[in-house]
Parts: sequence; structure tokens; C-alpha cells
Amino acid sequence: MHRTQTRRRFLSLAGGAAVAGALPVVSVRPLQATPAMLNSAIRNVVGEAPVRTGKVTLDIPPLVENGNTVPMTVRVASPMTATDFVKSIHVFNEKNPQPNIGNFYIGASAGRAQVSTRIRLADSQKVVAIAQLSDGSFWSASAEVIVTLAACTEEVN
Amino acid sequence: MNLRFAIACASLLLAAFPLLAGEIPPNQRRSGYSFIAPDTKAIQDDDTANPGMLFVLDGETLWKKKIGAADKSCADCHGDAASTMKGVAARYPAFDKGLARPVNIEQRVNLCRANHQQASPLAYESHDLLALTAFVARQSRGVAISTGDDPALAPFVARGRERFMQRQGQLNLSCANCHDDNWDRKLAGSAITQAHPTGYPLYRLEWQSLGSLERRLRSCISGIRAQAYDYGAPELVELELYLMSRARGMAMETPAVRP
Amino acid sequence: MPAALVNVPPKARRGDVIEIKTLMSHIMETGYRHTAAGDVVPRDIITSFTCRYNGTEIFRADFFPAIAANPFMSFFTVAKDSGKFEFEWIGDNGFSETASAAITVE
Repeated sequence: MHRTQTRRRFLSLAGGAAVAGALPVVSVRPLQATPAMLNSAIRNVVGEAPVRTGKVTLDIPPLVENGNTVPMTVRVASPMTATDFVKSIHVFNEKNPQPNIGNFYIGASAGRAQVSTRIRLADSQKVVAIAQLSDGSFWSASAEVIVTLAACTEEVN
Repeated sequence: MNLRFAIACASLLLAAFPLLAGEIPPNQRRSGYSFIAPDTKAIQDDDTANPGMLFVLDGETLWKKKIGAADKSCADCHGDAASTMKGVAARYPAFDKGLARPVNIEQRVNLCRANHQQASPLAYESHDLLALTAFVARQSRGVAISTGDDPALAPFVARGRERFMQRQGQLNLSCANCHDDNWDRKLAGSAITQAHPTGYPLYRLEWQSLGSLERRLRSCISGIRAQAYDYGAPELVELELYLMSRARGMAMETPAVRP
Repeated sequence: MPAALVNVPPKARRGDVIEIKTLMSHIMETGYRHTAAGDVVPRDIITSFTCRYNGTEIFRADFFPAIAANPFMSFFTVAKDSGKFEFEWIGDNGFSETASAAITVE
């Protein structure tokens, strides 16, 4: 039974759309490039714990001008008090050669659970952000990003 | 009567051909900044987040560094760049009397190094040359471009313009085909800009580095499958000269950010 | 000559949530590119970024090759006492750079 529940969390995670505070939804998705790598990278961080969608906002342009530099902001709704705060934020992707993008460790002294950086995306794909709260729970959001390639190929000279 | 009228019209049209060549009217000129996504604009607008500023900072350090057999820094002659270099990049490429031809900022830096610092020239697209030119051009941010006003430059501007209009390469395209006639249309999903070099040297996301106008021109020329001129070639400088004079009146944005 | 650009508000009131922005010059070579000859260009990235506020770690990040070149990082902290922020970037091939910024908290 435990395995079925975990699988439900897997699939709801792969399902993607952030639905605030919703119950996990079982959804079937077509096989994509490296879903196993993405899922095992997530499991490395999350262990056997369930991952719920919600609380996390992943701000990333839906159509990027250049996959080399994609601005990204992750925000987590949290009071950020000494007893209720965000411990860390982990960002993953599904089609780059590697599933990890970055891990960000913040803690209660942050005041605001928000990080911004610029990432690389090799192809149009899904990006997933997972936050770990002080109570040990995990929350996630994901976004589908379209990556176009430069029109004129440059000769390396 | 009709024939004469027709001939008169035809000759009028021919005489007016240079205007009809599709040059962008001044009130429709737009910087490359207006074609980029809001997220990319945000990177350019924030000096604390613009990666081009890393090069500008390095340039500031190099400006004060004593080098060469003369053991002199740029600052020793030029003092505080914020005042002495203000407006300089906005009128480059400029005429060099000694060489009797236009030189761009990169060449001016190397001429200074040779003549006044007795130092070896910096390689084109080297980090140090990019940093120095970015630092110098940054002092002209907001200044209106005035390149080409010098009458001595007229024949060189004309040659640059010819090259801009000339079809070349396997794709048989001229710069004007895209940048005068088809700007704002899409080329494989990206908007074609008007090709005004208002922000050079700039941070190009594709390069993940700062780069010069010559680098961009060489990439474009290779992109249409033509043989690109070497860095510093007179043909390339004349093209830079024409492009800057074509952008006369527009404000400098160095260091810009572009996809 | 790696340069770092760090931006910390020079002044803040105690309890304010302030934004810290950092930019570090680094190629972030992914290790997945190849030369024309077909050889892999070896990985050369910043792997870790830390920020300390008056000696206490307030922010830490693990970077992977998917972080863009010249890494930009923005995060927040609560202004507590006057003092110093210290930043450290560590990476492949012994890369190690630091920067600092002062703050006055009233």
C-alpha cells in the first residue's frame, strides 16, 4: 500500500500544475526524456516523504529568448518565523543532461523565502521547484518552458 | 505627352532611389532593447545584475594600472574616465589623422598602448580589451550617438553603406535585406532588429560573455554563409562606422544585454 | 581577473527584510560541450556559494552545470546588527573567491 501511495505522489508531481493545497491527483503522463532521472534526483532530496503541490511559486518565462540564460525566481509562501519557516529550495529539470539545477538553503533568518538566479535549459522542458519546510514537509511547483534556438548559427572562430 | 510624363516619373523615381532603398525613417528607429523580452530588459536595467558590469569593473581596474615600458596607466593621461571619456564612444569609429582612416575603440586603445604606454597590443576579443572598451563605452551611456559628423569620414561612411547594401554569401543576402526591409519580422522565432549598435560592447546571452560589435558582425556575416572579414580589417571598421552613423541621435546603452 | 559584484543596502532598520544580490565572473563550463575534434571540454563550475552575516551562515547554495555563466544570485535576510556580509564562491580546479560588504543597521 505504501508503494502505491508513493507512486501516486510521483505521478502527481509529474502532473505539474501547481494547485494550491489540493489533494494529490493521479494523472498519467506520456513518457518523456528522463523522467526516471528527474524522479530519482527528487527522491535523493525528499526520501520517502510525500511531495504536495502548493505554497511554491516558480517564476520562469514560458518562452525563453535564449536557453543559455533563463531568469528564474522561486518564492514560497511562509511566515518565516522561528518555528515555521522554509529550510531549503531545490530546483530540478527534466531534459538537461543532469536533473539538478541548484539547491538553496535559507532558514528562518531569511525573512522572505525567495531566491532568484539564471539557469540553463537545453530544450523545451519542465522545471520543478521543491521546498522543504521546518516541519519536514515538502511542497512543489513546476512550469513548462519553451526554449528556442538562435536563428543564425555562429561559427566558432 | 503620356510617354514624356512616364519618363519624367521614371527619372524622378530613379533619382529618389537612395531614399527608397528602405532606410528607416528617423522617427521609426528603435534600439535592439525594444525587441527583447521583459526578463532580458530587466537584466540590462539593473547594474547590480548585468553581467556586462563585471567587465566594466575589470576595465576600471585596468584603467588605473601602470603598464608598458613607459610605466603609465590610462589614468595618467586621461584622468577620471567619467568626465574625460564621456561622449567618446558615442562618436566612434573616429578618423585617425596618422593612419588617414577611421579606427574603432579597440584600435584606439591599442594605438594608445603602442604610442604612449609602449605596451604590446591587446588581442581582439581578449578579456582585457573587452573590459577596457566596456569601461570606456560605459562612460557614454545615455549620450546621443554622433559618429560620422567629421567630413573626413564621408568617403568611408559611403563605402560602409555600400557594403551594408551589397548582397553577399551563399544565401545572397545583404544586411539591408533583413535590417532595413524586414525588421520586426521573425526569423526562426526571434525578431529581426534594426541593427543599431547602441549598446556595444554588450553581453550576449548566446555568447555567455561580453563581446564587441566586430564579433557580432563577423557572426552575422558567417551566418549568411559569407566569408567574414578579419578583426580590425578596414572593411569591417567601415561597416561599423556606417552602422554607428546610421544610428546617429540614438542613445548609447553600453553595456547592453541581448539574446 | 575574476570580479564579483555584490549589492547589499548600505543602511537598514533592524528587522527590515533586505535583498542581497551577487554576481560572480565565471565561465561555468558544463562538461557537456565538445571541441571540433570531438574531445569533451572538461567541467569547470562553481559548486558552492555561501553568505555569512557577522560570522553566521545565512544562505548557502549548491550550483550545478545548469546554473548559467557569470552566476547571479539574489536572496533575502533580516537586518539584525551592523557589521559585515561575507561571500564565498568555491568551485572546480581549486576555484575560491571571496567578497564582502558592510551594513549599518539602526
